[in-house]
Amino acid sequence: MPLMREPNLKDPDGLYAAILDTHADLSESESMALNARLVLLLANHIGDEAVVREALALARQSIDAEAQG
Amino acid sequence: MAALELARRGHRSLVIDKKDNLSAGSRAICWAKRSLEIMDRLRLGEVLTAKGITWQTGKVFFDRRRVFEFDLVPDRGHRRPAFVNLQQYYFEHFCIEAAAATDLIELRWQEEVQGFELTGDGALLTLRTPSGDYRLHADWVIAADGARSQMRRSLGLAFEGRVFDDQFLICDIKMRMERSAERWFWFDPPFNRGRSALLHKQADDVWRLDFQLGATADRDAVTEPESVSRRVRAMLGDSVEFAFEWISLYRFQSRRLQRFRHGRVLFAGDAAHQMSPFGARGGNSGIQDVDNLIWKLDLILRGEAPEALLDSYDRERIPAADENLLNTTRSTDFIAPKSTISRAFRDGVLALAASEPLARRLVNSGRLSVATCYDGSPLNGPDGFSAGECPATRPGAAALDAALGEAWLLDQLGSGFVAVCFCREEAGHAFQRAFSAPGPARPLHRLLVTDPIACARYGAERLPAYYLFRPDQHVAARWRQLDPAAVERAAARAGGWAAPNA
Repeated sequence: MPLMREPNLKDPDGLYAAILDTHADLSESESMALNARLVLLLANHIGDEAVVREALALARQSIDAEAQG
Repeated sequence: MAALELARRGHRSLVIDKKDNLSAGSRAICWAKRSLEIMDRLRLGEVLTAKGITWQTGKVFFDRRRVFEFDLVPDRGHRRPAFVNLQQYYFEHFCIEAAAATDLIELRWQEEVQGFELTGDGALLTLRTPSGDYRLHADWVIAADGARSQMRRSLGLAFEGRVFDDQFLICDIKMRMERSAERWFWFDPPFNRGRSALLHKQADDVWRLDFQLGATADRDAVTEPESVSRRVRAMLGDSVEFAFEWISLYRFQSRRLQRFRHGRVLFAGDAAHQMSPFGARGGNSGIQDVDNLIWKLDLILRGEAPEALLDSYDRERIPAADENLLNTTRSTDFIAPKSTISRAFRDGVLALAASEPLARRLVNSGRLSVATCYDGSPLNGPDGFSAGECPATRPGAAALDAALGEAWLLDQLGSGFVAVCFCREEAGHAFQRAFSAPGPARPLHRLLVTDPIACARYGAERLPAYYLFRPDQHVAARWRQLDPAAVERAAARAGGWAAPNA
C-alpha cells in the first residue's frame, strides 16, 4: 500500500492541536528530541518500510523545494 | 592461519613477519562462532575455546540506567558458542605452535617486504632483514600485512573510505574482579559524560576497557598512565586494584581496496579492508577471507581448477567486506553521532529502550560478526527450495552445525566437496545407491544425515533435502529431488572446472 496522501483523520484540527500541545513549554532542542522519538514510534507502528521511506522522501522534497524558493 | 590451512592440504608456504614476536597488546579479542568452527578444521577450535572466555550476555547502559540486554543463547546442537573472548596474541601463539609442528611451513621473523613486483608467474619480493636485503620469488602471495600494508603501498593501490574523527582509548588491565563475563556498553555514562565506554573480559583476568574520547583529545596526555588510571577508577571504583597490560589510542577508519586479487597476489584481512571494531568484524572477517581463499588456491595448485576460480574470491569477499563495513559504520554512527539531529535520534532510541521493546532493536552498540552469505556468487548453483523456505541454509550460506550423536555435522562435512542427504526416512538408500555408480571424474564425498534436529535445521523435517557443500562448508546448491547429475554439475561449477554458465 503506498503512502496515504488523501486526508485520513477524523478530527484533523484536534490532532494538529494535540501535536502542538505536546510541544508546549519545550525548548527547541527538547522539541527536536520529541519529534525524533515520535518518528521512531510512528515508523515502527506503520511497519511497512516502503511507506515510511515514501514519507521520508516526500518530507525531504518539500524542504528542498522551499530551499530552492 | 593461511599457512596452516595450506599445510593441511599439503602445500608448502613461507610466512614473513616484520615483528620479532607475537603482537603487542590484545588487539582483536572477540572470536565469533564461525571463526571457531573454521579453526576446528585446523584442530585449534578446542584450545581457543578452552583458553578463552565464553560469553553470551551483553548489557547496554544509558547514563546510569540499564536500557537493554541481549543474550546470544545458541540453539541446541552447536559445538561452539556464539563468542569466545581471547587476546589476539594467544590466537597467534596457537597458530605459530601448530606451524612449528609441520615442515611445510617456514616462519621468517623480522623480515619486511620493501619492494614488490608482479611477474607473470607470481611476484618478486625484496625483503629487508636485520642482516641485509634479499630477493625472493613467490608463486603466490597472500598479502595479510595489516591495516598499514606495505604490500598495498608497493603496488600503489588506493585504499579509500571514511575516517572517523572520534578517538577511542583502548586499555587492557589485569585485575581480579568477581563479575560475570558479559559485554557491558555504556552510552553517556557519568564517568565518560557525553561519550561511550565498553568493558569486556579476556583470558587471564585481563579486561578490555574502551573509552570514546572525542576528536580533539591530545594523544600524549590521554595515554599517559596516570590519566588512564583516573578513567579506570572512575569506571570501576576508587578501590579497584589493577595493572596495565596495554594502552592504545585509535581513530577508526572504514575503507577497502577496489579489488582484493591482483594476479597472483591476494589481499586478505585488514590489508584488504579496515573497519571500526564495533561488532568484532575485523579479525573474524580476516579468518573468513582465508577460509574462502585457501580451498580455491588448493584446487589451482593441484591443477584441478583454472586460476580464474580466484576471481570468485573478489566476487564473494568484496560483498562480505561491504556488509561488514556497512554494519560497523552504522554502529559507529550510532555510538558517536555526528550532528545534533543524529544525537537527538540516538538519545531518543536509548531513552525509549528502557520501556519500549521497539526501541531496543534499534540500540546499536555493535552488530556482532556472523558469516556472510554469498548471495549472487557465480559459484552458487540452483536453489531447489520454494521461495522463502529455510533461508538460513540457502546457496551461499555457511553450514549450520548440528550434533550427530557424539559427532558434529561440521566435522563430518570435512573440507572437500560433499553431497549430503538430510532425510528422516529411508530416502537415504536411494541417495547412497545413486552415487555409488562409477561415473563422475571427481568422486564426491557423500553423507547421510537423519538426526531430527539437523534435518529441521536444513529444512528437511518432512521432505528430504539434498545439499552440496563446498570445501569451506558454504552451501553450493540444494534440491528437493535427488539428481546426481545436477549435483555433479553444481560441483563442477563451484569448483571452477566448468564455466559458470555450463
